Amino acid sequence: MIEVKNLTKAYGNFVAVKDVSFKAENGSILGFLGPNGAGKTTTMRIITGYMPATAGTVLIDGLDIFSQSLEARRKIGYLPESPPLYPDMRVEAYLRFVAKLRGVPRAKIESALEHVLEVCGLADMPHRICGQLSKGYRQRVGLAQALIHDPPVLVLDEPTIGLDPRQIHEIRGLIHHLAGNRTVVLSTHILPEVSQICDKVVIIADGQVVLEEYLKKLPAGTSLEDIFLNAITKERHDDAASAEETLEEVGAGHT
Amino acid sequence: MKNSLTIAGKELAGYFLQPVAYVVMTVFLLLGGFFFFALLRYFEVTLTAYSAMQNPEVLQRLNLNERVIEPMLHNLAIVLVILVPAITMRSFAEEKRTGTYELLLTAPIRTGEIVAGKFIAAAAFMLIMIGLAGMFPLILVAFGNPEVGVMFSGYLGLAFLAVSFVAIGLFTSSLTQNQIIAAISCFGLLLLLFVISWPAQAGGGSLADLVRYLSLPEHFAQMVTGIIDTRDIVYFLSLIFVALFLTQRSVESARWR
Repeated sequence: MIEVKNLTKAYGNFVAVKDVSFKAENGSILGFLGPNGAGKTTTMRIITGYMPATAGTVLIDGLDIFSQSLEARRKIGYLPESPPLYPDMRVEAYLRFVAKLRGVPRAKIESALEHVLEVCGLADMPHRICGQLSKGYRQRVGLAQALIHDPPVLVLDEPTIGLDPRQIHEIRGLIHHLAGNRTVVLSTHILPEVSQICDKVVIIADGQVVLEEYLKKLPAGTSLEDIFLNAITKERHDDAASAEETLEEVGAGHT
Repeated sequence: MKNSLTIAGKELAGYFLQPVAYVVMTVFLLLGGFFFFALLRYFEVTLTAYSAMQNPEVLQRLNLNERVIEPMLHNLAIVLVILVPAITMRSFAEEKRTGTYELLLTAPIRTGEIVAGKFIAAAAFMLIMIGLAGMFPLILVAFGNPEVGVMFSGYLGLAFLAVSFVAIGLFTSSLTQNQIIAAISCFGLLLLLFVISWPAQAGGGSLADLVRYLSLPEHFAQMVTGIIDTRDIVYFLSLIFVALFLTQRSVESARWR
């Protein structure tokens, strides 16, 4: 369970995220959508405790990411925008290092390692050097790194970016398979991805949430694309647009 | 502590995955060997000359430590001013640049543990390197009769100096994501520690005393001459402590609202 509460982040005078609130329930996959520069990465960095918010807070399974940071961070698996690999290390050594860092008990490291190598399709390349891997395999190692401690909460920043169609398909299947009773937040700007694997969608534009809704509750007959475009253009025209208004409008336009 | 050792292990292994560590070690030992050879050769020449003069008193005063080990250690200290930044510049700057910093800061570990881990690794590397340079006095022990205690004190001084340099290097690296900036500013700070007492050479007063206390060569020279004084040890330890404290603050500052 991730609860984002009134998050605001300002870099000097520039406000990247304004009063963002949303909730991701246990066992659900939340798709975090938005155009480039909308504040997706900033929000995810705050959720994972990498940077502080100017105001507001985030609760990870009820633990505050600021005041109970260590406990909260223990629950998170995080794949940043670019996979955080050490280019000189071998895949296996790297994953072992992350496992120790994430507090996997010594006795369980080998089985955890085997498991993530298997799940992420890296079984053939534990001895490859991270820096020499292709983009797609780097992404897989990044995902393996986020999963190694079997976290209840997964935060994935554009997990399918830079992959070829077959890999995208595989990674999506993997995320879907992994979800189980985990809470997953993934950001993307590939819309079909959201309709395929997510339970809930949050659209953010210019640092503000313009829509938070369950996919199954979206008006029938409307494509996510329409909703997305409508939500973000609406945002440009009228700053005060609330999620409900946007939804109603889209729904109305198609019925 | 366990987390620090995890990071230290990764860092130390990381040094040897890259050619930098080998280059630094080679340069240090080659230069050390060259100083040793040159000074020993000069000592031998002097010794022969004085022996010819048949003056046992002067001959008594010719001291292997003073003539060979002391100047060699002073030279190596200067070499470290250049080599330590080359080792420490990556520590934080590179992690920030490649994005692995995000992995470290979102892991359930304290910033103090990250700093301690990196410090342990870099300090261990320096100690290994200085340990290898210990072969020079061993040669003297094998072929002559030098004062072992004095040499030990000198090497201890060099070790303290190197470890303090490492702490300062970590600090400058934590301030930037640019390795060159990290290295140059570390180099500048280290050099400043060597020359800081220059304006106080002639003057008196409390400011001059302070600047003289801060000056690194005075404390180092003491140890090289074989005097292990708690004041000098306290000086090096406080240097290490202050630099690591500032590093921890600098890393932690990413979390300040």
